[in-house]
Amino acid sequence: MSETNPVEQYLRMDRMPHIWCSGCGLGTTVNCFVRALEGCQIPLDKISVVSGIGCTGRVAGYLKLDSFHTTHGRPIPFATGLKLANPKLKVVVYSGDGDLIAIGGNHFIHAARRNIDITVICVNNFTYGMTGGQVTPTTPIDAIASTTPYGNFEEPFNLPYLADSAGAVYVARWTTYHIRHITKSIKEALQKKGFSFVEIISPCPTLYGRRNRLGDGLEMMKFYKENSSIKNGCDTREVGLGFKGPIVCGKFVDRERPSFLDMYNSKMAERIGSSFSPYEGIQ
Amino acid sequence: MKADPKGVLTGPHFLDGDHACCEGALAAGCRFVAGYPITPSTEVVERIAGRFPSVGGIFIQMEDEIASSIAIQGAVWAGAKAMTVTSGPGFSLMMEHIGLAAMLEAPSVFVDVQRGGPSTGLPTLPGQADMMQARWGSHGDYEIIAISPNSPQECFDLTILAFNLAEEYRVPVMFMMDECVGHMTEKVLIPPADQIEVTPRRFTTKKPGEYLPYMTDGDMVPEMVKAGDGYRFHVTGLTHDARGYPAMNADCQEKLVRRLVDKIRKNADKIIRIEEEDTEGAEVVVMSYGITSRVALRAIQMAKADGIKVGHLRLITVWPFPETRVRKLAERIKAFVLPELNYGQVFLELQRVVAGKTKSYLVPHGGGTVHQPEVIYQQIKEAAK
Repeated sequence: MSETNPVEQYLRMDRMPHIWCSGCGLGTTVNCFVRALEGCQIPLDKISVVSGIGCTGRVAGYLKLDSFHTTHGRPIPFATGLKLANPKLKVVVYSGDGDLIAIGGNHFIHAARRNIDITVICVNNFTYGMTGGQVTPTTPIDAIASTTPYGNFEEPFNLPYLADSAGAVYVARWTTYHIRHITKSIKEALQKKGFSFVEIISPCPTLYGRRNRLGDGLEMMKFYKENSSIKNGCDTREVGLGFKGPIVCGKFVDRERPSFLDMYNSKMAERIGSSFSPYEGIQ
Repeated sequence: MKADPKGVLTGPHFLDGDHACCEGALAAGCRFVAGYPITPSTEVVERIAGRFPSVGGIFIQMEDEIASSIAIQGAVWAGAKAMTVTSGPGFSLMMEHIGLAAMLEAPSVFVDVQRGGPSTGLPTLPGQADMMQARWGSHGDYEIIAISPNSPQECFDLTILAFNLAEEYRVPVMFMMDECVGHMTEKVLIPPADQIEVTPRRFTTKKPGEYLPYMTDGDMVPEMVKAGDGYRFHVTGLTHDARGYPAMNADCQEKLVRRLVDKIRKNADKIIRIEEEDTEGAEVVVMSYGITSRVALRAIQMAKADGIKVGHLRLITVWPFPETRVRKLAERIKAFVLPELNYGQVFLELQRVVAGKTKSYLVPHGGGTVHQPEVIYQQIKEAAK
């Protein structure tokens, strides 16, 4: 008699095995994500997951939900169109640091500014795994990447600070060591109206860990355990990451701000008057 | 099915081509537009922004054309009819997502009000030099449909056709206006909604579990679903199989890309719209499209006054190219003359199809204004010798 793993019902089992390396943190994040779905009462048929390109970009393809594997850097504007055309959908963007913050960085800040009602999960492994371990906008100074063989010398982005300054209403960061916290945060983010952002620091032992002598996936997890601290409500300016430095985790931002469509409907009603019917989706 | 009267401004109007395009989109059922300001196309989205709130549509000015061209595809997968609008420099940025729309078979309309190029070029002046980019601008192999209106009335009528063809073939349709047509103001007659034919999306009637996103039966165009209806479907820009799952092999690539190309090529006769005048018995045929077709008319009049037997073949759809008809004409006419506001783009296709069976002459122009009719007339005279 075989027992089915409870997360299997959320996955496209006909696509297993997945392409991720052993020790990669992506599977852990997916596990946390589906457990968050379990607990948050949103009908699964109403959830859409949008990914870009890269290792994390493959998440959409493994989830048994309406799921879109789009172009590099563009899952956020795709999600924007999807959400605005049908606001009843719960739209989740699930992608990596290179996809969302380098090539997609402009879309990221504008969606946060507009407060588009989507949840963005960024799995930050500090590298482009799919293409062989190049430097990204989150790679800490001094870390070695295939395109920074003498160590990175560019200042990285501090993602919670970026999301916070651009206007996100919910900002949290965890590492793949913090599985319960990730699940709780994703659940909160899904239930939050507006642009919610969860950063998950995740090991890429094959292309980041090995090159930087950080050990295998397990050792990287031990590092997270020993070097992370939880500071809910911490000023996001204080949570930047250094190479082999401390990792501040927590829920940093949780505030209210009218979403894009809230603003649209209230301003149009104000200007156009009673002939305007509030927009609730394309008929 | 008939147009939703809510979006149709029935009656006679005095509109420029940009505004007429907006009204055509509304009549076609378009309710989602994403765009980024760029001359000479901006008036389309300005009018959309004013008209949409009262008809239940949503317009968003995105942060750039890359975002605009994929936001419309998100909207398409939510069930909307969607469009983006731009000009040359923005069109260049949209190439990535013309490829995505071709690959995912997302029915969508890309309006390019052409200006002089390359690069920033002549923002306020006409060009027709994006014609090959419209066809092949994104990487990889695929086919699209391109339409070229020559008046504000056609900007209205053919925008509806663009949406209808997009739905019929699940393909991105390029609506290739130019600055002159976009900014010229003429009478536009908008018919009653019940006289406007609108093609609905090819939604499946299959149930979740039975439905495969890219399974086709015969006509090469798969049925569609939208997010939120319980199908839990997956689509990807990677080469995919009938399930929509990535399939990284040459067999699947051959099957998929062959179908993407064939669904347009093999239906070309149904898609192509051309207009002919006096081509029967003509010795010279002027081929033209867009604003240049109106300049060509004057040149044709001048040549006829000289007794030259000259006809006119206007491309309303430029891509796919009317190969069969051109080949037939090539068997008996002396020459084709093709004026266009570029140095030979559609002309390359004309030459390929004519294949030396008759002569073909390009009347090139760098853009910034239209041809002098005399230049085309001189070429007709030369060709008739």
